[in-house]
Amino acid sequence: MFVRLVYESFRRQKRRKALAGIAITLGVAVATAMIAVATDIGDKISRELRSYGANLLVTPQEDTLDVEIGGVNLKPPSDGAFLNEADLPKIRGTFWHHNIVGFTPMLPVSAELARSKATLLGTYFAKQLSFGKDDFATGVRTTNPWWKVNGSWPLDESGDVLVGERLASRLGIHPGAEINFSGQEHKVAGVLSTGGAEDDQIVAPLHVAQQVLGKPGAVRRIYVSALTKPEDALAKRDPKTMNPELFDRWYCSPYVQSIAYQLQEAIPHSHAEQIRQVAQNEGTVLSRIKGLMLLITFAALLASALAVSAAMATAIFERRAEVGLMKALGAGYSSVAAIFFAEAALLAIFGGAAGYAGGILLAHEIGHAIFNSQITIQPVLFPIILAIAVAVTFAGSAAAIRKAVLFDPVFALRGEA
Amino acid sequence: MSRNEIVDRRTGRPHTSMFVRMLLRAAVLRRGRAASALIAMVVAAAVTTAMLNLYADVEAKLRREFRSYGANIVVVGKDGASLPPDALNKADATLVGQGVAVPFSYVVARTSDGQSVVVAGTDFARVHKLDSWWSVSAWPESNSQNPLPALVGKRAAAVLGASGKPFQLSFQGHSVQMMAVGTLTTGAAEDSRIFISEQAFEAWTGVRASTIEIGASGSNGEVMATMKRLEQALPQAEVRPVRQIMEAEGRVLGKTRAALLAAAALIILTAALCVLATLMGWVFDRRRDFAIMKALGASEGLLNGFFAAEASVLGLVGAVLGFVIGIGLAAWIGRVNFNAAVVPRFSVLPTVVAGSIGVALLSAALPIGLLRRVQPAIILRGE
Repeated sequence: MFVRLVYESFRRQKRRKALAGIAITLGVAVATAMIAVATDIGDKISRELRSYGANLLVTPQEDTLDVEIGGVNLKPPSDGAFLNEADLPKIRGTFWHHNIVGFTPMLPVSAELARSKATLLGTYFAKQLSFGKDDFATGVRTTNPWWKVNGSWPLDESGDVLVGERLASRLGIHPGAEINFSGQEHKVAGVLSTGGAEDDQIVAPLHVAQQVLGKPGAVRRIYVSALTKPEDALAKRDPKTMNPELFDRWYCSPYVQSIAYQLQEAIPHSHAEQIRQVAQNEGTVLSRIKGLMLLITFAALLASALAVSAAMATAIFERRAEVGLMKALGAGYSSVAAIFFAEAALLAIFGGAAGYAGGILLAHEIGHAIFNSQITIQPVLFPIILAIAVAVTFAGSAAAIRKAVLFDPVFALRGEA
Repeated sequence: MSRNEIVDRRTGRPHTSMFVRMLLRAAVLRRGRAASALIAMVVAAAVTTAMLNLYADVEAKLRREFRSYGANIVVVGKDGASLPPDALNKADATLVGQGVAVPFSYVVARTSDGQSVVVAGTDFARVHKLDSWWSVSAWPESNSQNPLPALVGKRAAAVLGASGKPFQLSFQGHSVQMMAVGTLTTGAAEDSRIFISEQAFEAWTGVRASTIEIGASGSNGEVMATMKRLEQALPQAEVRPVRQIMEAEGRVLGKTRAALLAAAALIILTAALCVLATLMGWVFDRRRDFAIMKALGASEGLLNGFFAAEASVLGLVGAVLGFVIGIGLAAWIGRVNFNAAVVPRFSVLPTVVAGSIGVALLSAALPIGLLRRVQPAIILRGE
């Protein structure tokens, strides 16, 4: 009888049930999408923050002081120590290689132009490298997204160069022209604009700078752009003072310090340091945006809980006559309440499942439209969402059910509600 | 009171009193349903107000956070020349509190064992404000002349050897004694430099500031306008944007705003639907009132007017209460997340009020449209 009552109620009141079901579906869809976006936004924003450039710098361990003013190196070019270009792919072999977005070697040397001198910066643009079976491309196009080229980017294997825009306007050089330095002709693939010291420099593939310097395989420093976890108390501790267990935990967290430590391990005779301007501020900005989305998700949950309970309350309030009839026929409080709660649970489960599916679609759309990438949704979320949907539906129905059950059947049947 | 007196009193009343009385009585007699409709309205208006306020204010809040990335404008002398002596004052006058300007001057000096090291002169108080990421063990504060208090970069400190002892630097034959007061770590070029105060630097080397780094606050447009003004104030200098900082800031802000907009749209839509459902239920529930009024001879226009007035009052009261709560909510979120209150924006009030009344009218119109087609007798019979 109980099953039949519930079944018939759904069969005969399709419109009302559909309305309540739609409210639940909508509410759950919005909640799912917001939870998905809020849990994933940290990762998305931290990728966007990589457009500030590298957050780690690897230098030779026994290096002399940099003597550099306004991007012009005043140190004799062959002075000091160098890193070995052959060690670079090893960066992909570190524990947190998935978090390393890209890296760029730099080798500043000085180039003799026709009447003047300029800094020649050797680097990777989008160099194809391989480590083990892993093929990847890395260089300034990944790590320094604010570099703009008028013309085309040179190939890393070619002898083509980029000329900084201020230097180019001084020399009257346009893309496609030839530039002569250190006794060789080079094609100018494009004019580079960075807003920094590079605007006065020539930027060339790394092997060109090595040739000018006469040191094949030499690299002065490596900029590494890595996704990191905001710093906490553990991150700031000195790894030398940790016990093995704590050290493992520190080593296996993507702190900027532990990634620096691993880079030092991977590249012989190197010293890795966080670039504080980028690394330190990343955490603050990230935690602000994450916090904001979290609070907004609470607001979204509140709004959808409200929508669901309002719909349920209205649906039950309209059925006072039915309750009156059941009670007049001798139904107890608990059996009437049980019928309503069973209906609510069914609605919540079906509406919740449909809403979850809708929420996933919504989250995908948001991910594509805003971040151009997938928003991943943990399957763990499904039972949680369903439980929340059932709880909210019950909470929304409870007051209305109580009121309906307590109502005197005589008045209800006479229609004097 | 005689019957005539009552009749006199009632005829003296303006005609609208019955209309107003019906509105009031409807709210008082069906307190429960009216209250639940009002609560739905208030919550929806509160959430909407909070989202609109946050959306309008979050950009300013986040831009403040982004300013901790340091300078977004650099002023340098044309072709490597020093800036005019009043350049900093002019920059300050142009900024009028909308940012920090920090002068830098550089020379290459030699240590007593002949090593080259870059020495920079700057204003420590201003650097402290602009470059908050500098990790400094102690800022030089004393004005002693001999030895000069200096802030020494981490790598420079390693080259200079033991700290706590004065060291000697020479530039073009002028020697000076310095004392490392603190060590500086940035992970960038500053680690190889020695910083002393601007006045001491000029007295020693005779070189004036060649670079002013400026952290200008405000939106991209405002920063561009600041750059224009700086160019006019300092025609001898070159004013450049720090593209690395400005472009990344724009990108992150744009994405955050878009995510926030999507969230706001979803939440407002849900809240509006919730109000729509609740109010429709409320109006539909009152089909008996509707039928009785119609049976007593009320015209279509009067009925429509009555329900429209009811919906408008509900929308208005709900919107105003919700606005107050929403402002509080936005301020709380601002305090928790940004440590600064979100400034209440009264400009969103008309939008919230208009939206609330609109939704209320819409949710009254739908059931009334259905009821109008039904004979009052059928409704009154309870079918």
